[in-house]
Amino acid sequence: MTKGEIVAGCLAPHPPHLVYAENPPQNEPTAEGGWEQLRWGYERLRESLSDIDYDVIVVLSPHWQTYIGTHFLGLPHFKNLSVDPVFPNLFRYNYDLDVDVDLAKQIHDKAEQAGLTVKMMTNPDFRVDYGTITTGHMFNPKWDKPMVVISSNRSSAYYSVDVMQEMMIELGKVTREAIIESGKKAVVIASNSLSHRHFTTESEVPEDMSKEHITSHAMHLWDMRIIDYMRSGQCQRIIDEMPEFTEQAIAESDGGAFSWLLSTLEVPDYPAILHGYGTIIGTGNAIVEWPVYKHKEGE
Amino acid sequence: MNSGELVDSFVVPVHPHTVLAPEKNEGWGKLRQAYEEAAKRIEDSGADLLIIYSTTWPSVIGHQIQADPNPQWVMVDHDFHDLGSIEYSFNIDSQFAHAWNEANKKRGLQSRTVSYQGFPIDVGSVVALTLLNPDNKIPAVIVSSNVYSNRSETTVLAKACLDVIKSTGRKAVAVTAMSLSNRMFTENIDPKEDRIHSLKDDEWNLKILEFLSEGRLEDVSQLSRTIHQQIRVQKVVTFKPMWWLSAMNDNRNNLTGEVLAYEALHGAGGAVVHLNPTPSGVGDKEYDEDDIEVFGGERGVLDVVEEPESPLENKSNGPDLWEPTDAEGSVNSDAAPKPVGAYPHARRVGNMLYLSGVGPRQPGTNSIPGGPIHDENGAPCNYDIKAQTHAVIDNISRILEEAGSSIDKVLDVTSFLVDMDRDFQGYNEVWAETLGKVGPTRTTLAIRALPTPIAVEMKVIAQI
Repeated sequence: MTKGEIVAGCLAPHPPHLVYAENPPQNEPTAEGGWEQLRWGYERLRESLSDIDYDVIVVLSPHWQTYIGTHFLGLPHFKNLSVDPVFPNLFRYNYDLDVDVDLAKQIHDKAEQAGLTVKMMTNPDFRVDYGTITTGHMFNPKWDKPMVVISSNRSSAYYSVDVMQEMMIELGKVTREAIIESGKKAVVIASNSLSHRHFTTESEVPEDMSKEHITSHAMHLWDMRIIDYMRSGQCQRIIDEMPEFTEQAIAESDGGAFSWLLSTLEVPDYPAILHGYGTIIGTGNAIVEWPVYKHKEGE
Repeated sequence: MNSGELVDSFVVPVHPHTVLAPEKNEGWGKLRQAYEEAAKRIEDSGADLLIIYSTTWPSVIGHQIQADPNPQWVMVDHDFHDLGSIEYSFNIDSQFAHAWNEANKKRGLQSRTVSYQGFPIDVGSVVALTLLNPDNKIPAVIVSSNVYSNRSETTVLAKACLDVIKSTGRKAVAVTAMSLSNRMFTENIDPKEDRIHSLKDDEWNLKILEFLSEGRLEDVSQLSRTIHQQIRVQKVVTFKPMWWLSAMNDNRNNLTGEVLAYEALHGAGGAVVHLNPTPSGVGDKEYDEDDIEVFGGERGVLDVVEEPESPLENKSNGPDLWEPTDAEGSVNSDAAPKPVGAYPHARRVGNMLYLSGVGPRQPGTNSIPGGPIHDENGAPCNYDIKAQTHAVIDNISRILEEAGSSIDKVLDVTSFLVDMDRDFQGYNEVWAETLGKVGPTRTTLAIRALPTPIAVEMKVIAQI
């Protein structure tokens, strides 16, 4: 069998505001626009990968929060209405997604062999979290690729960021191994923002961009530091500083997706492409691509 | 009408095991039975409203209140999806939800109602309403738990709820859907092997339940931060429900409490506790935290509200502020609000001290505790006279202390109220608790207005 491969890795955050602002037919609320810098960033990401052939999208979303290990969607098809419990005024989206259950099971099994607690999710009534749906829509609005959807094991809450990262690095390794063994070409996506301190009020018109900015200078400094590491191929430094970043920037990296992503990519030492950065109700969001297809040496 | 009241309170667990798998573990079955006993007591109480404060519904933009009259869907837990699905169809009191939302806003809270088809009602609310109100006989409301809110915000949330209960004459039951210790096992377990995650968690849970069984709800509330540090995994929602429940019960420590069940739910501590307002005979200790009436928005530091460009500019609360004058004998304090004209905070003559009129504005921020009497456009606001009066007396104390005197050396006070009919009683109550105990002479006058949007000002003469 041909060896599978990861063709690209992406940081692709999931604020529902982006879907809201884009007014896709699947989403009920409509907007006058907003957050264009990030939406155009997603456009650039899609354009960048438009000529790249791949079979499956593997995503880890911080909003499928599990406390008993890592879970995987385990049925071939999910169709339902996703309503964001925090921003229901912005996001009521009818989704229809296919799951690559075979690959999900392969990652599941390898993770289990590696000593991680895992579970396949096979309840047909389960509603897929809005983080996965938002990232899924912004990354691939045609929904024409199957996905592997991995939950966010909240081990950082139970233990520490260090323990979480240790587990997520292991999960990233087995994810990579499973993809290679599957013979499939995959894009791996961490669906998290960077600094994650929200405003606690919402403007009358949510898409009023005159009200949008980072919550504090400290958050900005952290976001730029992490982006600089990504752009300059210093991802090991991100791993090293993850505990401080997560704590001080109240970063969404606490969900493990970022550590997992870097691990699947073997902690890249080549520059990532920053397609966009912007804030959403004060949180910092970067759309970043690691063009693995350009760095295939050593595979 | 002013006959509404809280007739009962309950603490209930959030995990779906009690609905979906009570037969798989003896403890889960006991919790289910306790839930059923609680449902019976609620029905017997004659309650006509169930209010659920759920820790498994986090919110970011203030608090959210469910207002869909009949939310229906199928709930599957993110972790325990293998236990099955819970189909729900609830009877929500939409009118109360909207009224509570408005009451929240009047008390300074960020708040909104939600009413959307398919809104994912959280597991804690689904479990609580499914078991406490199985036939949907009693209309319910559900409120979220804000991830950033502190005690004062949570207290005001409860007070706004009580406003509506009282004004609508409802007989309400307050329910907190919550865990005690919330550390679950991070691995799959055989249901028969379930137990509290650690001895330490168990001991803390038992201590909490000992307090609750004695009706000492406010004591648990005051220990909330400690409990969170000791036995709570640092998830987004902290041990806030006790703040809300205690405020719903007027921060009392002498309720009649009964623990109906306490068991493990995948390692977490789940309990069904009944708290009845009938005094238990236990001594009711003082409430020693700020009894805030209106939320002033401590979290506003993160907001995009434009701050005054200069500390001496005061665009919202009346005329521009002045530095106090410093003629001989003047006493001025940085801990008192800036004057609104060219005068000092006080003036010393011999051993006598004459204070300029003192209002409730806060030094530094110029904010008005209890809220202004009208907004920038002159529209009346629902202010709190007690909070304003307390703030006036605090300001007086600071000026007196700056001069080397103290509140117990006040000799004579002239008070000015802009609305005698509305405010005299509240002002008088605070007076009785504070200056009334010192014993100065007093004259209270009704006047048309004060220079800033405040309701009360005092002119004081004291000894040094």
